[in-house]
Amino acid sequence: MALPQAKLDATEARLATLTLPEGGWSAAARRDALARLREMGLPGRRDEYWKWTRPDTLIQPEAPEAALLENSEGQIFSQFERLKIVFTDGVFDPEQSDDLEAEGVRIDRLADVQQQDIHWARDLYGKLEARGQSPVKRPLAALNTAFATDGVLIHVTGKPSKPICLTYHHRDTRSDAILHHVVKVDEGAEVTLLENGPAAARFNKCVELDIADTGKVHHIRAQGRDHERRAATHLFARLGAESVFKTFTLTMNGVMTRNEAVIEFTGDDAVGHVAGACVGDGDFHHDDTVFITHDAVGCESRQVFKKVLRNGATGVFQGKILVKEGAQKTDGYQISQSLLLDEDSQFLAKPELEIYADDVACSHGSTSGAIDEEALFYLRSRGVPYGEATDLLTLAFLAEAVQEVENEDLRELMVERLGNWLARRRS
Amino acid sequence: MLEIKNLHVQLAEEDKQILKGVDLTVEPGKVHAIMGPNGSGKSTLSYVLSGREGYEVTEGSATLDGASLLDMDPEDRAAAGLFLAFQYPVEIPGVGNMTFLRTAVNAQRKARGQEEMSSTEFLKVVREKAKSLKIDADMLKRPVNVGFSGGEKKRNEILQMAMLEPKMCILDETDSGLDVDAMKLVADGVNALRDEGRGFLVITHYQRLLDHIKPDVVHIMANGRIIKTGGPDLALEVEKNGYADLKAEAV
Ligand SMILES: Nc1ncnc2c1ncn2[C@@H]1O[C@H](COP(=O)(O)OP(=O)(O)OP(=O)(O)O)[C@@H](O)[C@H]1O
Ligand SMILES: [Mg+2]
Repeated sequence: MALPQAKLDATEARLATLTLPEGGWSAAARRDALARLREMGLPGRRDEYWKWTRPDTLIQPEAPEAALLENSEGQIFSQFERLKIVFTDGVFDPEQSDDLEAEGVRIDRLADVQQQDIHWARDLYGKLEARGQSPVKRPLAALNTAFATDGVLIHVTGKPSKPICLTYHHRDTRSDAILHHVVKVDEGAEVTLLENGPAAARFNKCVELDIADTGKVHHIRAQGRDHERRAATHLFARLGAESVFKTFTLTMNGVMTRNEAVIEFTGDDAVGHVAGACVGDGDFHHDDTVFITHDAVGCESRQVFKKVLRNGATGVFQGKILVKEGAQKTDGYQISQSLLLDEDSQFLAKPELEIYADDVACSHGSTSGAIDEEALFYLRSRGVPYGEATDLLTLAFLAEAVQEVENEDLRELMVERLGNWLARRRS
Repeated sequence: MLEIKNLHVQLAEEDKQILKGVDLTVEPGKVHAIMGPNGSGKSTLSYVLSGREGYEVTEGSATLDGASLLDMDPEDRAAAGLFLAFQYPVEIPGVGNMTFLRTAVNAQRKARGQEEMSSTEFLKVVREKAKSLKIDADMLKRPVNVGFSGGEKKRNEILQMAMLEPKMCILDETDSGLDVDAMKLVADGVNALRDEGRGFLVITHYQRLLDHIKPDVVHIMANGRIIKTGGPDLALEVEKNGYADLKAEAV
């Protein structure tokens, strides 16, 4: 089917500013991705999948300017032992990064190795993204695969002793970054991945994560707190038998964030959790779009998303659980909730279930509400001042999502940052 | 200590008068009981005193040690020393009971210009007081009142009261829903707090609580007014004869 002219024009206008890297093992995948992209075109306002999130600023040829934020809180994961990998405005920063050497893991920088003829990542780069294009198109991910300028290729063979932490600095008010990471986790291997920082004025990031049978991955991401930053991120994960994948995202501020998670269970008895807690006010627009495909027996998926919105902020959730024929004993849970701290804010949610197996337990729920007045009065009657009481109830609302972070120290850190965010807004 | 004068209250949302001129004074060190038929306005009185929204005071005053309560925010009334044990304690999912208690204690200390309690000291005190109310460690860890039985909720109210050490305690039907042993525990908790400086206003339907918490004064409330005030014997009279005679007498 021919694309509408407007879409075609928008796509070509964007492509005109980009150069397709040539040569090396990734070239074929990049060419394929570009062909995919040309076929589907970049997202437009008329697209059903983008009805609540305007893609304009994510696809326009140049990144809109984004002011930098003085972060007085310091880097979020700095208290933890970690292997540091730093990108500044989308470029790997060797000065601030650690040696990419550690027990149980092999890490290469994409820009360093992509000219080689062969690399293990060739079997994955763009592959999970391509799979994730059906049944719903994700053009910004195809664009990413084609044009990513940097990223890391992480092969987890054992159990690295400390988390691998990707930190994204934003130093240039006009930077436009496209990063693509590939993570391959071997059988029985286990890793914790941390990500944080605003990255750039505009950030397009794609992670492809392949977890072999019995592999385990914990992924904790902190987006923010730059106000004007725009980001479109994709996470494509394939889960082998008895593997475990848990991902949690904390988002604070940002005029445009679209986080897509596309998870496919291909082996039996695996566990996949996707959770997010976000807080925003004013121009804040935050979109979680999740697609989980159960194509194996006895897998458990869980989606927990909580959004605190104030001062006219917008939250979006589109979450789908697809249970394929034969995916018996599937246990699928999905909850998306918003706490609206005033009447100007809005939450738009589309929870979906599509089930082709008969022996499954799936549930979903979505709510939007205000602070519970009864609880607020109860707290105040015990002497807790209005602001503090509201914050306590707000953190309580977020708790179910934060609870998805298994590590207690990390969990407390998330609560602390959320508490700080609320406290900064308390009058 | 607590002085209520000619208090008239109506609902904020509709034109319905609930309290129609309540006069009541509680002196320090004294226990006053209020009894009265369902719907007579007992809970409304306790809510209005503690600052719940939804009511409009159309006439009268209420002061605690001379300070007008009705102009204060609920948290300021608490800091001034007022405490209400709720007839229906509120469940707060996601807020741990312990966090709740510590936040409340420290907020009041801060409001009074005192230093915050250290977490070790706080823990020690909570454990001790919880133990005497037979509240186990698990209940302290759980979210506030969530999944608590009726009796557990009421004991939790008394624990909060014990931790906050208010000057003026209002107990709204703290005895209802309690089994005999729990009633004894709650009464012991209240009696332990009785001292010269502290006043109590105990709302109840039953003489049984008053067997344990001996009142100095008993008031009967009907149709938004105190229709009779007397000694402990008044409660016994109600227990025996009901409210009909008293109401007839008041008309
Ligand atoms: N928010 C409200 N909306 C409507 N009616 C109310 C409200 N609050 C109180 N009332 C009414 O005011 C009257 C007094 O209620 P209140 O709860 O004070 O009675 P009570 O003496 O505590 O009764 P009980 O012994 O049953 O606890 C009742 O008729 C009640 O229905
Ligand atoms: Mg009542």
